[in-house]
Amino acid sequence: MSVRIEDLVRRAPGNHDRILLDQVTVDIPDGAFVALVGPSGAGKTTLLRAIAGLDPFDTGRIVIDDRNTNDLSARERNVGFVFQNYALFRHMTVAKNISFGLDVLPGSQRPAKSEIDRRVKELLDLIQLPDLGSSYPQRLSGGQRQRVALARALATRPKHLLLDEPFGALDPVVRRTVRQWLRSLHDQLGLTTILVTHDQEEALDVADRLVVMQDGRIVQDDGAEALENRPATPFVMEFLGETLSFPGRITGGMFLPELPHVAPFPVAGIADGPAAALIRPHEIRLTPEAGGAPVQRAGSRYGLSKLAVDLGDRIVDILVPASEAVPASGVKLHIAAARLFRDDRLLEPTHEARVAAA
Amino acid sequence: MRLMAEAIFSSLRRKSDPLPGFRLALFSTLLWIGLIVVLPITALVVRPWQEGLGAMTAALHDGRMFAALEVSFLTAFLAALINVPIGLLLTWTLVRVKLPGRRIVDALIDLPFAIPTAVTGITLATLYGPQGWLGKPLAHLGITVAYSTAGIVVALIFVGLPFIVRSVEPVLRDLPPELEEAAGLLGATSWQTVRRVVLPTMLPATVTGFGLAFARGIGEYGSVIFIAGNQPFRTEIAPLLVVVRLQEFDYAGATSIAFVLLAASSLCLAGVALLRRRVARGLITGID
Repeated sequence: MSVRIEDLVRRAPGNHDRILLDQVTVDIPDGAFVALVGPSGAGKTTLLRAIAGLDPFDTGRIVIDDRNTNDLSARERNVGFVFQNYALFRHMTVAKNISFGLDVLPGSQRPAKSEIDRRVKELLDLIQLPDLGSSYPQRLSGGQRQRVALARALATRPKHLLLDEPFGALDPVVRRTVRQWLRSLHDQLGLTTILVTHDQEEALDVADRLVVMQDGRIVQDDGAEALENRPATPFVMEFLGETLSFPGRITGGMFLPELPHVAPFPVAGIADGPAAALIRPHEIRLTPEAGGAPVQRAGSRYGLSKLAVDLGDRIVDILVPASEAVPASGVKLHIAAARLFRDDRLLEPTHEARVAAA
Repeated sequence: MRLMAEAIFSSLRRKSDPLPGFRLALFSTLLWIGLIVVLPITALVVRPWQEGLGAMTAALHDGRMFAALEVSFLTAFLAALINVPIGLLLTWTLVRVKLPGRRIVDALIDLPFAIPTAVTGITLATLYGPQGWLGKPLAHLGITVAYSTAGIVVALIFVGLPFIVRSVEPVLRDLPPELEEAAGLLGATSWQTVRRVVLPTMLPATVTGFGLAFARGIGEYGSVIFIAGNQPFRTEIAPLLVVVRLQEFDYAGATSIAFVLLAASSLCLAGVALLRRRVARGLITGID
């Protein structure tokens, strides 16, 4: 029940110089929960709609369950799809919405009326709305509509579930509950799920794997930990969370920051040259230093203190444990936990250097 | 009494009203509705009784009036009914099919609104007359349109069509494409999608358009009288009978027919409104 996308290319209709999907290749194994993430216009929804068969593409293949789907229409693919605006049929009750996929089956394949009713009841229980079968969608809250859309997509027992920004219109608390529930549903039903979102936190929370897209291309396709520890480009690092960038040079196995009050640190196995050190605000360590950078408290977040450090030509906000005292005399910044980039690519120590370090 | 008056005035004098110009809006609405709708209708309702019950009794015993009413309502209903599929198809083409020149078609649809009805009548009479472009070949086939009930229906189809198209068009235009995509993804064929998703969504607007076309058909005068032949008991429409009575200086008789026409029309429109409420379940806020 896998989904394999091979070298997918799609140009904008009417403007062939604009490429919407650029040689996209992704392999989504059976049972995986993959999130397509990226900023608006990155091509996530375009890719998802191509997989569902809603949008055409120019070249490439989409293989679902070892079957080339290029010639299959959307209705022949049997994938569950949840739209961003839910697209519920407003003139039908919730129960009728859910049973739609069964009601339109040709007579010979359609289950008996009682069987359909049983399935609807089962799905209403699954989405925890057992009493709303006879309501109309407009009476439901956003979160309830979302779940009805999901039940409708699942009625025909598809093995693949595609979700396009399904939590976009929900408030933060409902979002969190619905996505946890969705994850458990995925595990319980053994689905292969592809989720499109622009919210990286949501993706990290719910998916096994993140496919980060930018300008129609896949920048990185990895698990949460790998993305955090070895982001392929500065964009990935910045997209996944707050990032501070320190430009500098690598000379003789040392990273030398350009800014004052930032401590150099050793790097092994990387050729000399310019580089940028990117780091999360909470990974920076401070040591007191007379005549160092002036520090001020600037509020708190996640139970950590936010400090504004004045580095002369710019002020950086960093996060430290609330218990840490703020040195009045000034500080030095230690950024040894940073990821190093050169020419928009991650710099990784050579194999020999890693062995030597071990 | 004083208490009630005070209650009404204090409710009108609400200080912290969220709507700007609430009082202005309320008063202008009431004034206009009163002047333009209620006053003439009141006059119409009152007039037949001014010369005693005689005129009304006579009208209610007049077989010619009932025949005219039957012709009017039947033809209006038929024409509106025929306009529904034609109008839906036309709207569909206009909105969904990117035909070259659809702007011209779009403008043409409103033409029946704009042409003076008498002009429409003369045009249709010429076209469908025994020597007309369409009338002649049809006569060979044994079909007479002009000077028959069929002619009235043809005229009413012509004037009623824009009502259906213009009622349904905005709804179809606003229909989210995701609805049809969702139906397709759930396995529906194109026909099933149209029948189960698109048409029901357009139904309330269609009923509204039907009601408008029907109402217009009942009241239509100019475009009908030239093609109808106007034979009493056969092809005479009720509005024409009103004019006939007026020309006979039988004002009480004319207003009596008008009164019956008004009552019957109101009943029909109430029926349409009721039907619309029924089919609008889930589609329009406040109805379910």
